[in-house]
Amino acid sequence: MTTATIAGSQVELNDEGFFEDPEQWTEDMVPELAANEDIHELDDKHWQVIRFMRQEYFANGTGPTVRALGKTSGVSVKELYQLFPKGPAKIAARIAGIPKPKGCI
Amino acid sequence: MTENVVILGGGTGGTLTANRLRKQFSRGELAITVVDQDREHVYQPGLLFLPFGLAHGEDLIRPRHRQLKKGIDFVESDIDRVDVDGHRVVLAGGRELPYDVLVIATGARLVPDETDGLTGPGWMEKVFTFYDLPGATGLEQALRDFQGGRIVVNVVDMPIKCPVAPLEFCFLADWYFHERGIRDRVQLTLVTPLDAAFTKPRAASMLGGMLEDKGVELVTEFNTGEVDGSAGKLVGFDEREVPFDLAVVIPVHSGAEYVGRSPGLGDALDFVETDPHTLQSKVAPEIFAIGDAANLPASKAGSVSHFEGEVLVENITRFLRGEPLDASFDGHANCFIETGFDKALLIDFNYEQEPVEGHYPGPVGLPLLKESRLNHLGKLMFQWFYWHSLLPGRDIPGVGADMPRAGKHID
Repeated sequence: MTTATIAGSQVELNDEGFFEDPEQWTEDMVPELAANEDIHELDDKHWQVIRFMRQEYFANGTGPTVRALGKTSGVSVKELYQLFPKGPAKIAARIAGIPKPKGCI
Repeated sequence: MTENVVILGGGTGGTLTANRLRKQFSRGELAITVVDQDREHVYQPGLLFLPFGLAHGEDLIRPRHRQLKKGIDFVESDIDRVDVDGHRVVLAGGRELPYDVLVIATGARLVPDETDGLTGPGWMEKVFTFYDLPGATGLEQALRDFQGGRIVVNVVDMPIKCPVAPLEFCFLADWYFHERGIRDRVQLTLVTPLDAAFTKPRAASMLGGMLEDKGVELVTEFNTGEVDGSAGKLVGFDEREVPFDLAVVIPVHSGAEYVGRSPGLGDALDFVETDPHTLQSKVAPEIFAIGDAANLPASKAGSVSHFEGEVLVENITRFLRGEPLDASFDGHANCFIETGFDKALLIDFNYEQEPVEGHYPGPVGLPLLKESRLNHLGKLMFQWFYWHSLLPGRDIPGVGADMPRAGKHID
Protein backbone atom coordinates (compact mmCIF):
# COMPACT_ATOMS: atom_id res chain seq x y z
CA MET A 1 0.00 0.00 0.00
CA THR A 2 1.21 3.50 -0.80
CA THR A 3 -0.09 6.97 -0.08
CA ALA A 4 -0.40 9.29 -3.06
CA THR A 5 -1.46 12.89 -3.42
CA ILE A 6 -4.11 13.33 -6.07
CA ALA A 7 -5.61 16.77 -6.76
CA GLY A 8 -4.17 17.96 -3.48
CA SER A 9 -5.69 15.18 -1.34
CA GLN A 10 -3.99 12.18 0.18
CA VAL A 11 -5.36 8.80 -0.92
CA GLU A 12 -4.32 5.23 -0.24
CA LEU A 13 -3.57 3.00 -3.22
CA ASN A 14 -2.76 -0.70 -3.29
CA ASP A 15 0.28 -2.20 -5.06
CA GLU A 16 -1.57 -2.23 -8.38
CA GLY A 17 -2.70 1.39 -8.10
CA PHE A 18 -6.32 0.73 -7.13
CA PHE A 19 -8.01 2.77 -4.40
CA GLU A 20 -8.10 1.06 -1.01
CA ASP A 21 -11.12 3.15 -0.02
CA PRO A 22 -13.49 4.30 -2.79
CA GLU A 23 -14.87 6.95 -0.39
CA GLN A 24 -11.55 8.85 -0.67
CA TRP A 25 -12.27 9.48 -4.36
CA THR A 26 -13.73 12.75 -5.65
CA GLU A 27 -14.62 13.78 -9.19
CA ASP A 28 -11.94 16.48 -9.30
CA MET A 29 -9.27 13.71 -9.06
CA VAL A 30 -10.34 12.23 -12.40
CA PRO A 31 -8.19 14.31 -14.79
CA GLU A 32 -5.03 13.52 -12.81
CA LEU A 33 -5.90 9.82 -12.41
CA ALA A 34 -6.64 9.60 -16.14
CA ALA A 35 -3.37 11.34 -17.03
CA ASN A 36 -1.53 8.69 -14.98
CA GLU A 37 -3.08 6.15 -17.37
CA ASP A 38 -1.98 8.13 -20.45
CA ILE A 39 -5.49 9.44 -21.07
CA HIS A 40 -5.18 13.19 -21.51
CA GLU A 41 -8.55 14.13 -22.92
CA LEU A 42 -11.76 13.05 -21.25
CA ASP A 43 -15.01 13.17 -23.17
CA ASP A 44 -18.59 12.44 -22.13
CA LYS A 45 -18.21 8.73 -22.86
CA HIS A 46 -15.24 8.45 -20.48
CA TRP A 47 -17.34 10.10 -17.78
CA GLN A 48 -20.31 7.87 -18.56
CA VAL A 49 -18.15 4.78 -18.01
CA ILE A 50 -16.44 6.13 -14.89
CA ARG A 51 -19.77 7.02 -13.23
CA PHE A 52 -21.25 3.68 -14.28
CA MET A 53 -18.30 1.78 -12.77
CA ARG A 54 -18.84 3.47 -9.41
CA GLN A 55 -22.58 2.93 -9.51
CA GLU A 56 -22.06 -0.80 -10.21
CA TYR A 57 -19.43 -1.07 -7.51
CA PHE A 58 -21.68 0.43 -4.86
CA ALA A 59 -24.63 -1.73 -6.00
CA ASN A 60 -22.79 -5.06 -6.35
CA GLY A 61 -19.56 -4.84 -4.39
CA THR A 62 -17.41 -5.21 -7.51
CA GLY A 63 -16.89 -3.35 -10.77
CA PRO A 64 -18.23 -5.06 -13.90
CA THR A 65 -16.18 -7.10 -16.38
CA VAL A 66 -15.62 -5.61 -19.85
CA ARG A 67 -18.32 -7.79 -21.38
CA ALA A 68 -20.89 -6.86 -18.75
CA LEU A 69 -19.83 -3.22 -19.15
CA GLY A 70 -20.45 -3.50 -22.91
CA LYS A 71 -23.95 -4.83 -22.28
CA THR A 72 -25.05 -2.44 -19.57
CA SER A 73 -23.11 0.85 -19.71
CA GLY A 74 -24.45 2.04 -23.05
CA VAL A 75 -20.91 1.99 -24.51
CA SER A 76 -19.97 -0.94 -26.79
CA VAL A 77 -16.97 -3.17 -26.05
CA LYS A 78 -15.20 -1.82 -29.14
CA GLU A 79 -15.68 1.78 -27.97
CA LEU A 80 -14.60 0.84 -24.47
CA TYR A 81 -11.24 -0.27 -25.85
CA GLN A 82 -10.97 2.98 -27.81
CA LEU A 83 -11.64 4.97 -24.64
CA PHE A 84 -9.39 2.87 -22.38
CA PRO A 85 -6.97 1.12 -24.77
CA LYS A 86 -4.98 -0.70 -22.10
CA GLY A 87 -8.02 -2.59 -20.76
CA PRO A 88 -11.34 -0.90 -19.98
CA ALA A 89 -12.32 -2.71 -16.79
CA LYS A 90 -8.97 -2.28 -15.05
CA ILE A 91 -8.11 1.22 -16.22
CA ALA A 92 -11.60 2.64 -15.73
CA ALA A 93 -11.68 1.08 -12.24
CA ARG A 94 -8.40 2.83 -11.33
CA ILE A 95 -9.72 6.17 -12.60
CA ALA A 96 -13.10 5.63 -10.91
CA GLY A 97 -11.39 4.95 -7.59
CA ILE A 98 -12.80 1.47 -7.04
CA PRO A 99 -10.99 -1.85 -6.38
CA LYS A 100 -9.89 -4.11 -9.23
CA PRO A 101 -12.99 -5.82 -10.64
CA LYS A 102 -13.09 -9.43 -9.49
CA GLY A 103 -12.13 -11.57 -12.45
CA CYS A 104 -14.19 -14.60 -13.24
CA ILE A 105 -13.34 -18.02 -11.97
CA MET B 1 -51.60 -30.74 0.16
CA THR B 2 -49.33 -31.49 -2.77
CA GLU B 3 -46.79 -28.81 -3.52
CA ASN B 4 -45.25 -28.20 -6.95
CA VAL B 5 -41.55 -28.12 -7.65
CA VAL B 6 -40.69 -27.10 -11.19
CA ILE B 7 -37.11 -27.67 -12.34
CA LEU B 8 -35.99 -25.85 -15.47
CA GLY B 9 -33.27 -27.88 -17.19
CA GLY B 10 -32.73 -31.63 -17.33
CA GLY B 11 -28.93 -31.66 -17.34
CA THR B 12 -26.58 -32.53 -14.50
CA GLY B 13 -27.98 -30.19 -11.83
CA GLY B 14 -31.66 -30.50 -12.76
CA THR B 15 -31.60 -34.28 -13.01
CA LEU B 16 -29.79 -34.94 -9.75
CA THR B 17 -31.98 -32.41 -7.91
CA ALA B 18 -35.18 -34.04 -9.23
CA ASN B 19 -33.99 -37.52 -8.26
CA ARG B 20 -32.84 -36.47 -4.79
CA LEU B 21 -36.17 -34.71 -4.15
CA ARG B 22 -38.14 -37.75 -5.40
CA LYS B 23 -36.33 -39.93 -2.84
CA GLN B 24 -37.02 -37.44 -0.06
CA PHE B 25 -40.73 -36.72 -0.65
CA SER B 26 -43.71 -38.92 -1.51
CA ARG B 27 -45.77 -38.14 -4.59
CA GLY B 28 -48.57 -36.97 -2.31
CA GLU B 29 -46.27 -34.40 -0.75
CA LEU B 30 -44.52 -33.12 -3.84
CA ALA B 31 -45.16 -33.07 -7.58
CA ILE B 32 -41.90 -32.73 -9.52
CA THR B 33 -41.76 -31.46 -13.11
CA VAL B 34 -38.58 -31.16 -15.18
CA VAL B 35 -38.60 -28.99 -18.31
CA ASP B 36 -35.95 -29.10 -21.02
CA GLN B 37 -35.79 -27.77 -24.57
CA ASP B 38 -34.59 -31.13 -25.95
CA ARG B 39 -34.51 -34.85 -25.19
CA GLU B 40 -30.79 -35.55 -25.22
CA HIS B 41 -28.58 -35.56 -22.14
CA VAL B 42 -24.96 -35.16 -23.27
CA TYR B 43 -22.07 -36.27 -21.05
CA GLN B 44 -20.21 -33.01 -21.60
CA PRO B 45 -16.80 -34.04 -20.17
CA GLY B 46 -16.63 -36.54 -23.05
CA LEU B 47 -16.62 -33.75 -25.66
CA LEU B 48 -12.94 -33.11 -24.90
CA PHE B 49 -11.99 -36.62 -26.06
CA LEU B 50 -14.07 -36.65 -29.21
CA PRO B 51 -11.79 -34.56 -31.49
CA PHE B 52 -8.92 -36.97 -30.76
CA GLY B 53 -10.90 -40.10 -31.62
CA LEU B 54 -10.92 -41.14 -27.94
CA ALA B 55 -14.72 -41.02 -27.61
CA HIS B 56 -17.66 -41.39 -29.95
CA GLY B 57 -20.63 -39.05 -30.06
CA GLU B 58 -23.29 -41.73 -29.71
CA ASP B 59 -21.66 -43.04 -26.50
CA LEU B 60 -22.01 -39.64 -24.82
CA ILE B 61 -25.78 -39.26 -25.26
CA ARG B 62 -28.66 -40.75 -23.31
CA PRO B 63 -32.35 -39.79 -23.24
CA ARG B 64 -33.03 -37.15 -20.57
CA HIS B 65 -36.28 -38.67 -19.32
CA ARG B 66 -34.59 -42.05 -18.76
CA GLN B 67 -32.28 -40.46 -16.17
CA LEU B 68 -35.28 -39.36 -14.09
CA LYS B 69 -36.86 -41.59 -11.46
CA LYS B 70 -40.46 -42.76 -11.71
CA GLY B 71 -42.88 -40.12 -10.52
CA ILE B 72 -41.06 -37.20 -12.12
CA ASP B 73 -42.82 -35.51 -15.06
CA PHE B 74 -40.68 -34.55 -18.03
CA VAL B 75 -41.85 -31.77 -20.35
CA GLU B 76 -39.98 -31.09 -23.58
CA SER B 77 -40.46 -27.44 -24.43
CA ASP B 78 -38.73 -24.12 -24.90
CA ILE B 79 -39.30 -21.70 -22.04
CA ASP B 80 -40.71 -18.27 -22.72
CA ARG B 81 -40.21 -16.70 -19.30
CA VAL B 82 -40.60 -16.96 -15.56
CA ASP B 83 -43.37 -14.83 -14.09
CA VAL B 84 -41.62 -14.20 -10.79
CA ASP B 85 -44.54 -12.38 -9.13
CA GLY B 86 -47.12 -14.83 -10.47
CA HIS B 87 -45.15 -17.91 -9.32
CA ARG B 88 -45.46 -19.58 -12.71
CA VAL B 89 -43.35 -20.57 -15.69
CA VAL B 90 -44.68 -19.70 -19.13
CA LEU B 91 -43.63 -22.21 -21.80
CA ALA B 92 -43.09 -21.32 -25.45
CA GLY B 93 -46.50 -22.58 -26.54
CA GLY B 94 -48.27 -20.56 -23.84
CA ARG B 95 -48.73 -23.45 -21.39
CA GLU B 96 -48.23 -22.36 -17.79
CA LEU B 97 -46.62 -24.28 -14.95
CA PRO B 98 -47.42 -22.88 -11.48
CA TYR B 99 -44.81 -23.58 -8.80
CA ASP B 100 -44.29 -23.43 -5.07
CA VAL B 101 -40.55 -23.87 -5.57
CA LEU B 102 -38.66 -23.19 -8.80
CA VAL B 103 -35.16 -24.51 -9.53
CA ILE B 104 -33.19 -22.91 -12.35
CA ALA B 105 -30.82 -25.50 -13.80
CA THR B 106 -30.64 -24.46 -17.44
CA GLY B 107 -26.88 -24.11 -17.44
CA ALA B 108 -24.80 -21.89 -19.69
CA ARG B 109 -25.28 -21.28 -23.39
CA LEU B 110 -22.58 -20.76 -26.02
CA VAL B 111 -22.91 -17.42 -27.79
CA PRO B 112 -20.49 -17.54 -30.75
CA ASP B 113 -22.45 -14.76 -32.53
CA GLU B 114 -21.31 -12.26 -29.91
CA THR B 115 -17.76 -12.32 -31.33
CA ASP B 116 -17.20 -10.61 -34.69
CA GLY B 117 -16.43 -13.04 -37.48
CA LEU B 118 -16.53 -16.18 -35.34
CA THR B 119 -19.43 -17.78 -37.20
CA GLY B 120 -18.45 -16.11 -40.48
CA PRO B 121 -16.16 -17.47 -43.23
CA GLY B 122 -14.25 -20.56 -42.11
CA TRP B 123 -16.66 -21.52 -39.30
CA MET B 124 -16.79 -25.33 -39.09
CA GLU B 125 -14.04 -25.45 -41.75
CA LYS B 126 -10.97 -23.98 -40.08
CA VAL B 127 -12.66 -22.44 -37.02
CA PHE B 128 -14.29 -24.85 -34.57
CA THR B 129 -15.35 -25.22 -30.97
CA PHE B 130 -15.29 -28.52 -29.08
CA TYR B 131 -17.83 -27.23 -26.55
CA ASP B 132 -20.80 -28.81 -28.34
CA LEU B 133 -21.36 -32.07 -30.13
CA PRO B 134 -21.45 -30.79 -33.76
CA GLY B 135 -18.29 -28.73 -33.16
CA ALA B 136 -16.37 -31.55 -31.48
CA THR B 137 -17.42 -33.96 -34.24
CA GLY B 138 -16.37 -31.55 -37.00
CA LEU B 139 -13.07 -30.93 -35.25
CA GLU B 140 -12.28 -34.65 -35.21
CA GLN B 141 -12.26 -34.68 -39.01
CA ALA B 142 -10.30 -31.41 -39.20
CA LEU B 143 -7.60 -32.73 -36.85
CA ARG B 144 -7.38 -35.99 -38.79
CA ASP B 145 -6.82 -34.01 -42.01
CA PHE B 146 -4.31 -31.63 -40.40
CA GLN B 147 -0.80 -32.18 -41.72
CA GLY B 148 1.01 -29.28 -40.07
CA GLY B 149 0.82 -25.56 -39.29
CA ARG B 150 -0.49 -23.31 -36.54
CA ILE B 151 -3.30 -24.37 -34.23
CA VAL B 152 -4.58 -21.78 -31.78
CA VAL B 153 -6.84 -22.58 -28.85
CA ASN B 154 -8.65 -19.36 -27.93
CA VAL B 155 -10.74 -18.56 -24.88
CA VAL B 156 -12.69 -15.46 -25.90
CA ASP B 157 -13.82 -14.38 -22.43
CA MET B 158 -14.60 -15.76 -18.98
CA PRO B 159 -16.70 -17.27 -17.49
CA ILE B 160 -16.65 -20.57 -19.41
CA LYS B 161 -17.70 -24.09 -18.53
CA CYS B 162 -14.84 -26.23 -17.29
CA PRO B 163 -12.04 -23.60 -17.29
CA VAL B 164 -9.41 -26.37 -17.46
CA ALA B 165 -10.75 -27.87 -20.71
CA PRO B 166 -8.81 -25.51 -23.05
CA LEU B 167 -5.59 -26.56 -21.28
CA GLU B 168 -6.54 -30.23 -21.56
CA PHE B 169 -7.19 -29.70 -25.26
CA CYS B 170 -3.62 -28.36 -25.67
CA PHE B 171 -2.11 -31.27 -23.73
CA LEU B 172 -4.09 -33.84 -25.72
CA ALA B 173 -3.24 -32.14 -29.03
CA ASP B 174 0.45 -32.37 -28.10
CA TRP B 175 0.01 -36.10 -27.42
CA TYR B 176 -2.12 -36.63 -30.57
CA PHE B 177 0.42 -35.14 -32.96
CA HIS B 178 3.25 -36.98 -31.20
CA GLU B 179 1.38 -40.23 -31.84
CA ARG B 180 0.95 -39.27 -35.48
CA GLY B 181 4.67 -38.50 -35.72
CA ILE B 182 4.17 -34.90 -36.89
CA ARG B 183 4.41 -32.95 -33.61
CA ASP B 184 7.43 -31.03 -34.98
CA ARG B 185 5.27 -29.71 -37.81
CA VAL B 186 2.49 -28.40 -35.54
CA GLN B 187 2.71 -25.14 -33.62
CA LEU B 188 0.30 -25.04 -30.65
CA THR B 189 -0.70 -21.75 -29.01
CA LEU B 190 -3.13 -21.09 -26.15
CA VAL B 191 -4.60 -17.57 -26.31
CA THR B 192 -6.38 -16.48 -23.13
CA PRO B 193 -7.84 -13.29 -21.63
CA LEU B 194 -6.40 -14.32 -18.24
CA ASP B 195 -2.97 -13.16 -17.07
CA ALA B 196 -1.81 -16.78 -16.69
CA ALA B 197 -2.67 -20.34 -17.77
CA PHE B 198 -5.42 -20.65 -15.15
CA THR B 199 -7.37 -18.56 -12.65
CA LYS B 200 -5.78 -19.85 -9.41
CA PRO B 201 -2.11 -18.95 -8.75
CA ARG B 202 -0.57 -22.29 -7.65
CA ALA B 203 -2.34 -24.37 -10.31
CA ALA B 204 -1.66 -21.63 -12.90
CA SER B 205 2.08 -21.78 -12.31
CA MET B 206 2.11 -25.61 -12.40
CA LEU B 207 -0.04 -25.75 -15.57
CA GLY B 208 1.92 -22.92 -17.21
CA GLY B 209 5.11 -24.93 -16.64
CA MET B 210 3.51 -27.98 -18.24
CA LEU B 211 2.51 -25.97 -21.33
CA GLU B 212 6.10 -24.81 -21.64
CA ASP B 213 7.47 -28.35 -21.24
CA LYS B 214 5.15 -29.55 -23.97
CA GLY B 215 6.10 -26.72 -26.30
CA VAL B 216 2.72 -24.95 -26.20
CA GLU B 217 3.04 -21.18 -26.55
CA LEU B 218 0.94 -19.10 -24.13
CA VAL B 219 -0.48 -15.70 -25.10
CA THR B 220 -2.07 -13.94 -22.09
CA GLU B 221 -4.35 -10.92 -21.54
CA PHE B 222 -5.63 -11.24 -25.10
CA ASN B 223 -9.16 -9.94 -25.52
CA THR B 224 -10.45 -11.32 -28.79
CA GLY B 225 -12.25 -8.67 -30.82
CA GLU B 226 -12.54 -10.60 -34.06
CA VAL B 227 -11.94 -14.06 -35.48
CA ASP B 228 -11.01 -13.59 -39.13
CA GLY B 229 -11.44 -17.01 -40.70
CA SER B 230 -10.58 -16.01 -44.25
CA ALA B 231 -7.29 -14.31 -43.30
CA GLY B 232 -6.67 -16.92 -40.60
CA LYS B 233 -6.05 -14.64 -37.63
CA LEU B 234 -7.40 -13.63 -34.23
CA VAL B 235 -7.51 -9.87 -33.79
CA GLY B 236 -7.44 -8.47 -30.25
CA PHE B 237 -9.23 -5.31 -29.12
CA ASP B 238 -5.73 -3.94 -28.52
CA GLU B 239 -4.95 -4.71 -32.21
CA ARG B 240 -2.57 -7.58 -31.48
CA GLU B 241 -2.94 -10.41 -34.02
CA VAL B 242 -2.41 -14.18 -33.71
CA PRO B 243 -2.31 -16.09 -37.01
CA PHE B 244 -3.72 -19.61 -37.35
CA ASP B 245 -4.34 -22.41 -39.83
CA LEU B 246 -6.87 -24.02 -37.50
CA ALA B 247 -8.62 -22.22 -34.63
CA VAL B 248 -10.28 -23.97 -31.71
CA VAL B 249 -12.38 -21.26 -30.09
CA ILE B 250 -14.28 -21.36 -26.82
CA PRO B 251 -17.11 -18.85 -27.44
CA VAL B 252 -18.42 -16.54 -24.74
CA HIS B 253 -21.10 -18.02 -22.47
CA SER B 254 -24.39 -16.58 -21.25
CA GLY B 255 -27.24 -17.99 -19.20
CA ALA B 256 -30.43 -19.21 -20.88
CA GLU B 257 -32.33 -16.70 -23.02
CA TYR B 258 -35.57 -16.92 -21.01
CA VAL B 259 -33.64 -15.67 -17.95
CA GLY B 260 -33.05 -12.43 -19.83
CA ARG B 261 -36.78 -12.26 -20.67
CA SER B 262 -37.71 -12.60 -16.98
CA PRO B 263 -37.21 -9.20 -15.30
CA GLY B 264 -35.02 -9.31 -12.19
CA LEU B 265 -34.01 -12.95 -12.56
CA GLY B 266 -30.57 -12.62 -14.12
CA ASP B 267 -27.47 -10.42 -14.24
CA ALA B 268 -26.04 -8.69 -17.34
CA LEU B 269 -25.03 -12.08 -18.79
CA ASP B 270 -28.34 -13.81 -17.90
CA PHE B 271 -26.89 -15.83 -15.04
CA VAL B 272 -29.19 -16.05 -12.01
CA GLU B 273 -28.16 -13.90 -9.06
CA THR B 274 -27.77 -16.48 -6.33
CA ASP B 275 -26.64 -16.64 -2.70
CA PRO B 276 -23.29 -18.49 -2.83
CA HIS B 277 -23.93 -20.51 0.35
CA THR B 278 -27.69 -21.30 0.33
CA LEU B 279 -28.25 -21.40 -3.48
CA GLN B 280 -31.42 -19.35 -3.01
CA SER B 281 -31.86 -16.74 -5.73
CA LYS B 282 -31.76 -13.08 -4.81
CA VAL B 283 -34.92 -12.30 -6.79
CA ALA B 284 -37.45 -14.38 -4.79
CA PRO B 285 -37.19 -16.79 -1.82
CA GLU B 286 -38.96 -19.66 -3.62
CA ILE B 287 -36.51 -19.59 -6.56
CA PHE B 288 -33.23 -21.51 -6.30
CA ALA B 289 -30.42 -22.05 -8.81
CA ILE B 290 -27.90 -24.84 -9.31
CA GLY B 291 -24.90 -25.37 -11.56
CA ASP B 292 -23.76 -23.22 -14.46
CA ALA B 293 -27.01 -21.19 -14.48
CA ALA B 294 -26.07 -19.50 -11.18
CA ASN B 295 -23.74 -16.49 -11.04
CA LEU B 296 -21.65 -17.93 -8.18
CA PRO B 297 -17.92 -17.24 -7.92
CA ALA B 298 -17.30 -20.99 -8.42
CA SER B 299 -16.19 -22.99 -11.45
CA LYS B 300 -18.85 -23.85 -13.98
CA ALA B 301 -18.33 -27.60 -13.71
CA GLY B 302 -20.41 -30.74 -13.21
CA SER B 303 -18.64 -31.49 -9.93
CA VAL B 304 -19.86 -28.18 -8.52
CA SER B 305 -23.48 -29.09 -9.43
CA HIS B 306 -22.93 -32.47 -7.81
CA PHE B 307 -21.71 -30.96 -4.54
CA GLU B 308 -24.45 -28.28 -4.62
CA GLY B 309 -27.17 -30.95 -4.93
CA GLU B 310 -27.05 -31.98 -1.29
CA VAL B 311 -27.32 -28.42 0.07
CA LEU B 312 -29.98 -27.48 -2.49
CA VAL B 313 -32.30 -30.36 -1.62
CA GLU B 314 -31.80 -29.71 2.10
CA ASN B 315 -32.71 -26.04 1.54
CA ILE B 316 -35.78 -26.78 -0.59
CA THR B 317 -36.93 -29.08 2.21
CA ARG B 318 -36.33 -26.39 4.84
CA PHE B 319 -38.03 -23.76 2.71
CA LEU B 320 -41.15 -25.91 2.31
CA ARG B 321 -41.22 -26.42 6.08
CA GLY B 322 -40.71 -22.74 6.77
CA GLU B 323 -37.34 -23.32 8.47
CA PRO B 324 -34.19 -21.19 8.12
CA LEU B 325 -31.88 -22.26 5.27
CA ASP B 326 -28.57 -24.07 5.62
CA ALA B 327 -25.80 -21.78 4.38
CA SER B 328 -23.18 -24.48 4.05
CA PHE B 329 -22.24 -24.67 0.37
CA ASP B 330 -18.51 -23.91 0.26
CA GLY B 331 -17.92 -23.67 -3.51
CA HIS B 332 -16.35 -27.12 -3.64
CA ALA B 333 -15.06 -28.11 -7.11
CA ASN B 334 -13.10 -31.17 -8.14
CA CYS B 335 -11.61 -31.56 -11.62
CA PHE B 336 -9.48 -34.13 -13.37
CA ILE B 337 -7.17 -32.45 -15.85
CA GLU B 338 -6.18 -34.79 -18.68
CA THR B 339 -2.53 -34.13 -19.56
CA GLY B 340 -1.95 -36.61 -22.38
CA PHE B 341 0.06 -39.85 -22.59
CA ASP B 342 -2.49 -41.61 -20.30
CA LYS B 343 -1.91 -39.26 -17.38
CA ALA B 344 -4.00 -36.69 -15.57
CA LEU B 345 -3.85 -34.20 -12.71
CA LEU B 346 -6.52 -33.72 -10.08
CA ILE B 347 -7.44 -30.43 -8.44
CA ASP B 348 -9.81 -29.95 -5.49
CA PHE B 349 -10.74 -26.51 -4.19
CA ASN B 350 -13.51 -24.20 -2.96
CA TYR B 351 -14.38 -20.49 -2.66
CA GLU B 352 -11.54 -19.86 -0.19
CA GLN B 353 -8.99 -22.60 -0.78
CA GLU B 354 -7.10 -22.64 -4.08
CA PRO B 355 -5.90 -25.99 -5.50
CA VAL B 356 -2.78 -27.28 -3.71
CA GLU B 357 -0.69 -30.46 -3.59
CA GLY B 358 -1.58 -33.47 -1.41
CA HIS B 359 -4.10 -36.26 -1.77
CA TYR B 360 -7.90 -36.54 -2.24
CA PRO B 361 -10.26 -37.31 -0.56
CA GLY B 362 -7.89 -37.83 2.41
CA PRO B 363 -4.21 -38.44 3.22
CA VAL B 364 -4.53 -41.71 1.28
CA GLY B 365 -6.07 -41.20 -2.11
CA LEU B 366 -5.55 -39.71 -5.55
CA PRO B 367 -2.54 -37.37 -5.84
CA LEU B 368 -3.43 -33.66 -6.13
CA LEU B 369 -1.81 -31.21 -8.56
CA LYS B 370 0.49 -33.97 -9.75
CA GLU B 371 0.42 -36.04 -12.94
CA SER B 372 -0.42 -39.71 -12.50
CA ARG B 373 -1.89 -42.65 -14.39
CA LEU B 374 -4.27 -43.22 -11.49
CA ASN B 375 -5.90 -39.83 -12.09
CA HIS B 376 -6.28 -40.66 -15.78
CA LEU B 377 -8.08 -43.89 -14.86
CA GLY B 378 -10.19 -41.89 -12.41
CA LYS B 379 -11.20 -39.52 -15.18
CA LEU B 380 -12.22 -42.40 -17.47
CA MET B 381 -14.08 -44.22 -14.71
CA PHE B 382 -15.98 -41.10 -13.79
CA GLN B 383 -18.30 -41.47 -16.78
CA TRP B 384 -19.75 -44.61 -15.17
CA PHE B 385 -20.24 -42.82 -11.84
CA TYR B 386 -21.89 -39.94 -13.65
CA TRP B 387 -24.74 -42.02 -15.12
CA HIS B 388 -25.08 -44.55 -12.31
CA SER B 389 -24.36 -42.63 -9.13
CA LEU B 390 -24.25 -38.86 -9.59
CA LEU B 391 -27.42 -38.36 -11.71
CA PRO B 392 -29.56 -40.81 -9.68
CA GLY B 393 -28.59 -38.75 -6.61
CA ARG B 394 -26.61 -41.44 -4.80
CA ASP B 395 -23.69 -40.42 -2.64
CA ILE B 396 -20.32 -41.61 -3.92
CA PRO B 397 -18.52 -43.38 -1.01
CA GLY B 398 -15.84 -41.16 0.54
CA VAL B 399 -16.82 -38.16 -1.59
CA GLY B 400 -18.72 -35.53 0.44
CA ALA B 401 -20.15 -32.18 -0.52
CA ASP B 402 -17.73 -30.17 1.65
CA MET B 403 -14.16 -29.80 0.45
CA PRO B 404 -11.91 -32.05 2.58
CA ARG B 405 -8.90 -30.32 4.16
CA ALA B 406 -7.16 -33.47 5.45
CA GLY B 407 -4.65 -34.69 2.90
CA LYS B 408 -4.04 -31.22 1.47
CA HIS B 409 -0.74 -29.38 1.94
CA ILE B 410 -2.24 -26.10 3.11
CA ASP B 411 0.21 -23.38 4.19
